[in-house]
Amino acid sequence: MASSNATLRAFLYGLPGVDRVGADQRAATLGTRSIKTTAKAEAIDLAISMVDLTTLEGADTPGKVRAMCAKAVRPDPGEPSVPRVAAVCVYPDLVACAASALSGSGVKVASVATGFPSGRTSLEVKTADTALAVAAGADEIDMVIDRGAFLAGDLARVFEEIVAVKQAAGDAHLKVILETGELATYDNVRRASWLAMLAGADFIKTSTGKVSPAATPPVTLIMLEAVRDFRAATGRMVGVKAAGGIRTTKDAIKYLVLVNETAGEDWLDPAWFRIGASSLLNDLLMQRQKMATGRYAGPDYFTLD
Amino acid sequence: MRFEYAPAPESRDVVDIKPSYGLFINGDFVDGSGTAFKTINPASEEMLAEVAAADEADVDRAVTAARKAFESWAALPGRERAKYLFRIARIIQERARELAVLESLDNGKPIRESRDVDLPLVAAHFFYYAGWADKLGHAGFGADPRPLGVAGQVIPWNFPLLMLAWKIAPALACGNTVVLKPAETTPLTALAFAEICVQAGLPPGVVNILTGAGATGAALVNHPGVDKVAFTGSTEVGRLIARSVAGTGKKVTLELGGKAANIVFDDAALDQAVEGIVNGIFFNQGHVCCAGSRLLVQESIAEELLDALKRRLGTLRLGDPLDKNTDIGAINSAEQLARIRSLTESGELEGAERWTASCPLPDKGFWFPPTLFTGVAQSHRIAREEIFGPVLSVLTFRTPAEAVEKANNTPYGLSAGVWTEKGSRILWMADKLRAGVVWANTFNRFDPASPFGGYKESGHGREGGRHGLEAYLDV
Amino acid sequence: MSETGRLAVRKTYKLFVGGAFPRSESGRSYVVSSSKGDFLANAARASRKDARDAVVAARKAFPGWSGATPYNRGQILYRVAEMMEGRRAQFVAEVVDADGVSARKAGELVDAAVDRLVWYAGWSDKIGAIQGAANPVAGPYFNLSTAEPTGVVAVVAPPFGPLLGLVSVVAPVIVTGNTCVVVASERAPLPSITLAEVLATSDLPGGVVNILTGHTGELAPWLAGHMDVNGIDLTGCDPDLARTCEQEAAENLKRVLRPAKTDWLADPGLDRMTTFLETKTVWHPVGI
Repeated sequence: MASSNATLRAFLYGLPGVDRVGADQRAATLGTRSIKTTAKAEAIDLAISMVDLTTLEGADTPGKVRAMCAKAVRPDPGEPSVPRVAAVCVYPDLVACAASALSGSGVKVASVATGFPSGRTSLEVKTADTALAVAAGADEIDMVIDRGAFLAGDLARVFEEIVAVKQAAGDAHLKVILETGELATYDNVRRASWLAMLAGADFIKTSTGKVSPAATPPVTLIMLEAVRDFRAATGRMVGVKAAGGIRTTKDAIKYLVLVNETAGEDWLDPAWFRIGASSLLNDLLMQRQKMATGRYAGPDYFTLD
Repeated sequence: MRFEYAPAPESRDVVDIKPSYGLFINGDFVDGSGTAFKTINPASEEMLAEVAAADEADVDRAVTAARKAFESWAALPGRERAKYLFRIARIIQERARELAVLESLDNGKPIRESRDVDLPLVAAHFFYYAGWADKLGHAGFGADPRPLGVAGQVIPWNFPLLMLAWKIAPALACGNTVVLKPAETTPLTALAFAEICVQAGLPPGVVNILTGAGATGAALVNHPGVDKVAFTGSTEVGRLIARSVAGTGKKVTLELGGKAANIVFDDAALDQAVEGIVNGIFFNQGHVCCAGSRLLVQESIAEELLDALKRRLGTLRLGDPLDKNTDIGAINSAEQLARIRSLTESGELEGAERWTASCPLPDKGFWFPPTLFTGVAQSHRIAREEIFGPVLSVLTFRTPAEAVEKANNTPYGLSAGVWTEKGSRILWMADKLRAGVVWANTFNRFDPASPFGGYKESGHGREGGRHGLEAYLDV
Repeated sequence: MSETGRLAVRKTYKLFVGGAFPRSESGRSYVVSSSKGDFLANAARASRKDARDAVVAARKAFPGWSGATPYNRGQILYRVAEMMEGRRAQFVAEVVDADGVSARKAGELVDAAVDRLVWYAGWSDKIGAIQGAANPVAGPYFNLSTAEPTGVVAVVAPPFGPLLGLVSVVAPVIVTGNTCVVVASERAPLPSITLAEVLATSDLPGGVVNILTGHTGELAPWLAGHMDVNGIDLTGCDPDLARTCEQEAAENLKRVLRPAKTDWLADPGLDRMTTFLETKTVWHPVGI
């Protein structure tokens, strides 16, 4: 199937289309689910455990990363029942720092790689970037696809790059960032999802967070449909990561509802669904405290790491 | 992990249901002369209120009040009538939450639908026709089209307040006065609307609401003082009305039954098609005249589509209509439940294969789980008769021409759905389908600006849009 | 016998069904007299079975006629007008016989009938623009309403105005794509059969217009109750017959045009067309 642009095109363009208005409506309807009381409490803890706590700034320093790792392991120092997050996500040069800070904690180290965020570099650099991050201790690699090649119709190139990066990543889990904001259409999101899964992605991820729009409920819905259908077709389960723009508990819970009612409960697990975020974690903690105490929380009571 | 949604009930406190209600005639609530009846919550069978029944004398009083009000209402400048309708639209928006809860209590429909579909459309309909009231001379019916007089309007229980809006808004905009009878099982929002008319300062007699059963409706339709009859309901009753107005000068519009085909081609956007099928037949428990009750799926993708559909039906949440997460509410009445049961039993007897979503049904109230039949032939009753419940009949086709032939092979012609990614095929299908509304790559969309109504035995006349004015003007 | 001593060759007036001129299957005929009471002809007296056959012919013709381009329908109606003009003298003579009017008045009526047909011919590709609409709905949808023919329409032609009245009720029904079964004026059916001869030779597909002569009170209720007729124009019915027919028509919810006092020389308006048009509204999402 992956032998040429023609065969890939024949397959990917043979997938059912996506009607944008219908997909938007389905996502909006699921967004009206009202998750209250016990369900909300469970959802908050689940969401915390699915967070890839992320810092991807030019100004990132070892100090900043260490502080974030501490937060990842113990999000609310005053409340030991709060679960740890799933992973921290950093640039490759800070992987070693994160790995030592998280050693033995169970929190994974994820590294963006492959010339993140634009991916505009050679395959050699991309694979080297990946291999170095893994060597430095990354458990997970968040690669970007070549959107230019995808839009130019060079599907085989995108495919082969994923295969190569997967190989370079070795045992590390490979998350493939589609950058859906640059793919523009939902049809492309579906095709890119399948392309990544066929090439061996362990996860498909919406966005880098550097392009607007980043994750949206309908885009995530389409990717959840893709992993659902891919498992039905091949038996292999692929995870989904929604990244960028998810800042509130209300938003996070909407994504959990999307997962629950689209891919199903099998995906309601940090092994299969992640939320890439930074400020979201504190909002989840504030909402959690509100549920525990009955009082609205204030930001001064949560650490800014 | 299993993600159980905790109950999320909308508060009942926003509604204040009185123990009993009278008739609304000439701006006042008055006792009815018929035998009062009870209206119940179909989700719990609890009594909500006792409602007066109008007899022939009451009908006569209401028609007389409407006739008296007609002269000054019709003489009012259009811009003034418009302002009354705008007021009504605003009050509906202000009281939307209360009305949504009341609708769900009396009808059994999920609050998500009454809140997100019914009430916004009700307000929009009044806004839309309010705007026409002072522009009738530009509507294409002559420079100064005249109203008809007194409109006798009889509406069904499936969208109680929305059907009221569809009837009353254009009637008043055109300068008619109305006597409206809501359905026997769902009178409460119409009575709340009577209060809204009072709050809006609408002149007495312009809107009169008579509650009662079929006899009240018949008395209204047959009253010689009625100039216009508008009915939404079953084709059976529509036939009786068409017969009874024969030889009179009464103008009639009828919105009747349907047995719409929802046609899915092998190149359709499958996930959206599945949503469209679900929305087509399980919206409002299938109590929808334009419901997509016959799924015509191209044989080459039938299996794939049905698997996806069944999986999706497994996620539908049936239960308390006031729970904000409920997708499927209660069947409106014991009588309707019995009808659905009898037709589904006939489906099994005739050899179709039944599949029912596994969802627990509450102990009290009237419930029917989402159900589909495969292996259905055109000759089966479940493929021909309107079930008016959450029951989908699945048939297959091989070619576009066969799809059209099967879709049109019914005495009805209200709506149809087409799912394909090929534009020219959509237009070809839309051209061939003998139905008043064709939803392509969508289903069950409504808008006050869009005409709605059927071919053949689905009735005559259109409601909505510029076309909807014609029913209430002397043209 | 004419003054020259030559015996005229008379015409046999038959029915017009499916483009052919059959006799009534019943074998019946009835005497048609002039307004002065003179014998004119034995017209075919159609039976309910003829009416049934005519409906079958009209139904068969419907897909082709409704599927023809409006331009094509307009051309054909105009062609009918051309052919009528060519038979002007014959029509004038028949109208004089039927209505007892002067030749000059009859000429005016025939001219009006031809002009009426030309007027309707021009509507074929315009009525859709007047009756249709692009509806501005509150959502991401393309929403378009178009006018479509209702189907098979029964037309009870008015008893008076055997040509102008007839053309005025038939043309609006067919110009929009309906096919029809016409019950001709019982007292003055002969111009309708002459018109049929015009229709048969003017590119109008067989079955689009079917004309029955006979007793209105006998034929109209059968057509009104026929389950494969979608609409009925009761113009030629007296009040009792109109009520009966409307009651019958309720059985399959036919579109009904009730009889009304009509000045056939006045502007006809759109009502006769719009009564037998359905509005179809098509929705489609708008998105990338």
